[in-house]
Amino acid sequence: MSKVYDSAAAALEGILFDGMVIAAGGFGLCGIPELSIQAIRDAGTKDLTIYSNNAGVDDFGLGLLLQTKQIKKMCSSYVGENDLFMQQYLSGELELEFNPQGTLAERMRAGGAGIPGFYTKTGVGTVIAEGKEHKEFKGETYIMEKGIFADLAIVKAWKADTTGNAIFRKTARNFNQPAATCGKVCVMEVEEIVEPGELDPDAIHLPGIYVHRLVQGTFEKRIEQRTVRERA
Amino acid sequence: MPWDRNQMAARAAQELEDGMYVNLGIGIPTLVANHIPDGMTVTLQSENGMLGMGPFPFEGEEDADLINAGKQTITELPHTAYFDSATSFGMIRGGKIAMAILGAMEVAENGDLANWMIPGKLVKGMGGAMDLVAGVGRVVVITDHNNKRGDAKLLKECTLPLTGLGVVDRIITDLGVFDVVEGGLKVIELAPEVTLDQVKDRTEAAIVD
Repeated sequence: MSKVYDSAAAALEGILFDGMVIAAGGFGLCGIPELSIQAIRDAGTKDLTIYSNNAGVDDFGLGLLLQTKQIKKMCSSYVGENDLFMQQYLSGELELEFNPQGTLAERMRAGGAGIPGFYTKTGVGTVIAEGKEHKEFKGETYIMEKGIFADLAIVKAWKADTTGNAIFRKTARNFNQPAATCGKVCVMEVEEIVEPGELDPDAIHLPGIYVHRLVQGTFEKRIEQRTVRERA
Repeated sequence: MPWDRNQMAARAAQELEDGMYVNLGIGIPTLVANHIPDGMTVTLQSENGMLGMGPFPFEGEEDADLINAGKQTITELPHTAYFDSATSFGMIRGGKIAMAILGAMEVAENGDLANWMIPGKLVKGMGGAMDLVAGVGRVVVITDHNNKRGDAKLLKECTLPLTGLGVVDRIITDLGVFDVVEGGLKVIELAPEVTLDQVKDRTEAAIVD
């Protein structure tokens, strides 16, 4: 059975349903699953709950699904780059659940590792801790956070072999690795698919067991804050 | 003469020690990287998944796959390592990062920090700040001593939603350097020509000997 599909739309066929929970990789616009986001927009799937560190910008990334009002709830650590997000949030159209960045990453990792809850110091004494179980360990207070078990993970890697063994590139790895593990189904998009044996088994970042469907494509890879230094 | 932004960053760089792994926040803390003493090895962590953060790239050499936590294009160094976000916050929460240098909206005399949210204004999110202050070995805050309206930012109690409880160790402002100690803030150093009375006048938090 091949994991390789011709397009993101084909890879997502039969998986999408209204009200589903999606975990998405990426940090800012770096390493986001551009192709799956566009395919979900085209499919029109509604009432989505999305776990993603950020919410894209107005006209790119997850911002595309805000434009079409397909997102019901965002669970993120930082949403400051997106005016459309703010409008929809302030008008009550969009729910927002803030997660500290490390808590969000660990919730994805835990869900993927079969761990339904864990204790962390992060957020103790803040609004994040409200309503959560508190527990003392060695005289310090921790709060319980829950693992994320998503219906679908959409992630982007650099290269993968046809079995889904994948390698990320530089800081584009970010949330893609933990997000990939916490979906019942993981759709991965890559810049290049190669034959098994072409990637060094010791250099695989994400083993193919986590990847169910795979698509190769071309990417815009938009830069959010282009900063340079003068040549001496 | 109070310190300017660069002088505050230079003073903060004196907190660095050879071999340290450090996380620098956005704003003035980012400038600390320009003041790392020659011959000292300090490895900068970027919480989106990198140790060994290099300077901004030359024009034309920007790489969309290589950014810092402020989403700015950066470069790698010979000793750079990349990792995923769960691993990144594992090293933060696990106490492997020696120090974080961060900005602040308010700091209380007991070390409470507020730096992520102003109720009623647009809410952007805490990003990695709550994880950093809960996990790293030492938290140094760089902030103007007073806000734009002239109000004190070093308070008896924070009025804004907290980022962490009792997490700040040292505060560097345009007026001086202060440590959080039993009973209040202790003056470690004053900027040139700044007097203790001036500091007390512009601080709500208790200043202790």
